[in-house]
Amino acid sequence: MLPILSAFASGLLFGLGLIVSQMVNPAKVLGFLDVFGRWDPSLALVMGGAVAVSALGTMAARRRGVPVLASRLEIPSRRELDPRLIGGAALFGIGWGLVGLCPGPALVGLTFGPSEVFAFVAAMILGMAGFRLVPADWPRARFRREASRVDG
Amino acid sequence: MEDFTPVSALIGGLMIGTSAALLLVLNGRIAGISGILGGLIPPGRGQVGWRLAFLAGMLIAPLVYVAFGGILPTVVIDAPPPVLVAAGLIVGFGTRLGAGCTSGHGVCGIGRGSPRSLAATAVFLITAIATVFVTRHIIGV
Repeated sequence: MLPILSAFASGLLFGLGLIVSQMVNPAKVLGFLDVFGRWDPSLALVMGGAVAVSALGTMAARRRGVPVLASRLEIPSRRELDPRLIGGAALFGIGWGLVGLCPGPALVGLTFGPSEVFAFVAAMILGMAGFRLVPADWPRARFRREASRVDG
Repeated sequence: MEDFTPVSALIGGLMIGTSAALLLVLNGRIAGISGILGGLIPPGRGQVGWRLAFLAGMLIAPLVYVAFGGILPTVVIDAPPPVLVAAGLIVGFGTRLGAGCTSGHGVCGIGRGSPRSLAATAVFLITAIATVFVTRHIIGV
């Protein structure tokens, strides 16, 4: 029960942070992304503050070695860059720039935002479900096949 | 720069960072929203409870904020429905393919110095800025 409560508290604080920083408002986010227009640097401070505390949290978690309420730390250990990472990030940025919504603010906005948020989140969940259809080695598979064709 | 709200941005950012730190120290999990939601599609065994609890906390946050006297910011969305749906599909698919979004890569990943997250954040910031540049200053929406 305690891990559920701590996850709930953490989600609540995350949502409150997105509200206080106004990142739930896509217009505010687009103001940051519009560096060639009337630029609003607020998002940089949100990220800066969040990264600083998150870095302290990572140090504390690593020093403890084991989480307080779970059996092990689930920290991704991969370091190599691959086409999935870069391609996925590039796609995400395009979608983010089109509307100004990323997954966190979209979910928080479900509770009080206009109906547009529902449409966005429904499409986002469909997109996530669509990802399940992608072979585990895509888009690398095609590169490999082409390479083997060239090699003979 | 009249839209700049440095104080609330910094306070909100510190809250988000504290949330990520709490989830890692207590639950041993990364506070990446696309990962937490994506892990429920479909639900994995033994993975449902904490994910649903975290998402429930996020959804309830606006109600708690109002209960404590806060005034919610207005959510302004100008995009027409087809763009909205296309953007949602791309964000859902892209964040799963790239294994993270603004929170998982941007806040948590950079916070632990992950080269993958640094690269992903740089890439999605560049394509997002380029997209806004094209839609606002070239097409002129």
